[in-house]
Amino acid sequence: MASAPVVSIPSSLLLPLRVEGLVKRFGELTAVDGITLELKSGECLGLLGPNGAGKSTLIRSIVGRVIPDAGTVTVFGDRADSAGARMALGWVPQDLALYPKLTCRENLEAFGQYHGLRRADLKTAVAWCLDWAALTDRAHEPVKNLSGGMKRRLNMAAGLIHRPKVMLMDEPTVGVDPQARNRIFEMIEKLRGEGISMIYTTHYMEEAERLCDRIAIIDHGRIIALGTKDELVQNAFASRSEVLARFANADDSVAAWVKERGGILENGIARFTIDHATEIAGLLESAAKAGHELADISLRKPNLESVFLHLTGRELRD
Amino acid sequence: MILPIVRTGLIALRRDRGALALSFILPIAFFTIFAVIFGGRRDTTPKVSVLVVDEDHSSASQRLIQGLEREGSLSVKKRPASKQGAEQPDYTAATAEGAVKDGTAPVALIIPHGFGENPISFGAPNQNRPTIQLLKDSSDMVAPQVIAGLLQKVAMTSMPDIMAEQGSKYMDKYAGGFTPEQKKKIDAGLEELRKRTSAERGGQEAAPADSNRGMPIPVTTRDVVGENKNDPMVSFYAAAIGVMFLLFTASGAGGSLLDEAESGTLDRVLSSHVTMGTLLGGKLCYCVLLAFSQLVLMFTWAWLVFKVDFMSHIPGFVVMGLSTAFAVAAFGMLLASICSTRAQLGPLSTLVILIMSSVGGSMFPRFLMPEAMQKAGLLTINAWAIDGFTKVFWRDEPVSHLWPQVLVLLGVGVVLFAIARRLARRWEYS
Repeated sequence: MASAPVVSIPSSLLLPLRVEGLVKRFGELTAVDGITLELKSGECLGLLGPNGAGKSTLIRSIVGRVIPDAGTVTVFGDRADSAGARMALGWVPQDLALYPKLTCRENLEAFGQYHGLRRADLKTAVAWCLDWAALTDRAHEPVKNLSGGMKRRLNMAAGLIHRPKVMLMDEPTVGVDPQARNRIFEMIEKLRGEGISMIYTTHYMEEAERLCDRIAIIDHGRIIALGTKDELVQNAFASRSEVLARFANADDSVAAWVKERGGILENGIARFTIDHATEIAGLLESAAKAGHELADISLRKPNLESVFLHLTGRELRD
Repeated sequence: MILPIVRTGLIALRRDRGALALSFILPIAFFTIFAVIFGGRRDTTPKVSVLVVDEDHSSASQRLIQGLEREGSLSVKKRPASKQGAEQPDYTAATAEGAVKDGTAPVALIIPHGFGENPISFGAPNQNRPTIQLLKDSSDMVAPQVIAGLLQKVAMTSMPDIMAEQGSKYMDKYAGGFTPEQKKKIDAGLEELRKRTSAERGGQEAAPADSNRGMPIPVTTRDVVGENKNDPMVSFYAAAIGVMFLLFTASGAGGSLLDEAESGTLDRVLSSHVTMGTLLGGKLCYCVLLAFSQLVLMFTWAWLVFKVDFMSHIPGFVVMGLSTAFAVAAFGMLLASICSTRAQLGPLSTLVILIMSSVGGSMFPRFLMPEAMQKAGLLTINAWAIDGFTKVFWRDEPVSHLWPQVLVLLGVGVVLFAIARRLARRWEYS
């Protein structure tokens, strides 16, 4: 019997990243509980979830810093801990993983050398990273003297020094002001323009909405929803709208009333989903009859935060 | 209000094991070490080793040696220890000098031919009379003084008849029956003695090698180790202090691992092509370079300021310097890999290094310690490093003689690094 011809698939046709049935436990805690996902070429996939949801553990498993208890991770078909995968992957950790006493240039040179870059390649890569991070004029400044936003940008640049094809960004905007955050968004959009595939973890809904093509909502180590923003909202709410009602005194009786009406009370704000705007009148009437004084009420289209709350019963930033 | 503040302080201290150790364990450890060194227990007082060469073989010389042997504070050796059961020949002047040079004993006494004919005399030294030679290694400042003093004491106690005979000779020579003329002679003699004593007080450095002048047994003292050196202890302390600070430097440099682990930089480095083995190897090389540079600086300073003969000992210095730097660097890696945080490393390294340095001779020369302490010192990097540097700078020994110290330091370095590598596995993966 003739054997089937072996066809090798060019790496350009392989998926940049495939995670299959990944499990990681720390003692009693299951940080990642059977996650499966695929990252398509040139795609930005957002991992949206609260702190402790398992986002960082998933990223660290992909980058080979955590040994999973089960499951596989492949990067362009190579195992995650292989030399090929390491070269293809760039990682921006949540912490400022830099040498504080070294200058920006020295940091980039060090990480470039750790990735095997030498001489002209290294010089070119450092110059590109400094330019990308808008730090060329601060190249000789020790990291410890930089502002928080600059440190974040350098932290990202250090993950990009070897020009990887897949970037893993673990909450790169933590602790930066809105202006610095916008600058980081612009940097990421520039990378996306160059066709780099990316996983972006965040617990800020607006970041995921702005930057990501698809979003995986992750909670307790599991992906509870995956799709584009519109798909997620559609799946959770269909064509319904969301009513947000703030009460002057959100006490236990208000909580009981909200629950009775099928809503969720979080931080003094009650959320209801309605099919038609006319249903608001019924809500107002019911609240008045129950003696609950409304301070504010609004109608809005559901967003990712609404989806998360809808799926988990908790707010994203809990 | 004061009570809650005290309580808060006590709770914080109780939970900070490092601070607890520095507050309570280190002082007790230091006290114990120095109490033992400085003679807390009589039975641990070290005996002074002295090599004796009897070239005279007279009754007087043998009685003198027997008297020395009876001294409880001396360990008198007439021949080297037997090798593979075979008795070794008695020391000669040459072999005894060699033994002092290589550090077998700090002092040798050479009793010359003709000593027995006129063993004891008073007054000015007589050039025709043979004198006992005391060969010393002046890096040990105490032993030669002890031997010189005990030699005179033994002369008086072990040869009383000779002493009496010599005394009557002098009486006859200088007094002759206490006539007015005798009294005049005694006065003149006393006057001469007073003048000599006064002269010796005013100009002791004029005759340091003959400080036993006027004693019953005339002794000529000679440095056989470092006789041309400016200060016997400078090179010792350059090594001793140097090694102690090397240990602190290495633990600090090793601590960069903990900083990197805490900041997440270590994770980022290990996600690149760098493995944990490569990383530790790189850190080790950095520590070796740093420690060796420190030693170069220390000895260059000693050369420039204290005239230590650095330039003619460069090969030995390089061999010892690199061996020591390797051992302390591995020690630094080990300390860092034992600790979880930089905050833990600080107190632990202070505790361990200060204890090692005190026992190992960085603070107080080991040869002045009780024997048990000297042996305990051999468990430290300090002791082996100092011994090696002493061989180079004090005893002028060739590089080939450094093999025991080099072997131990390299071996210790390899073992400590292997343990550190093993412990560092916890950083490799979660």
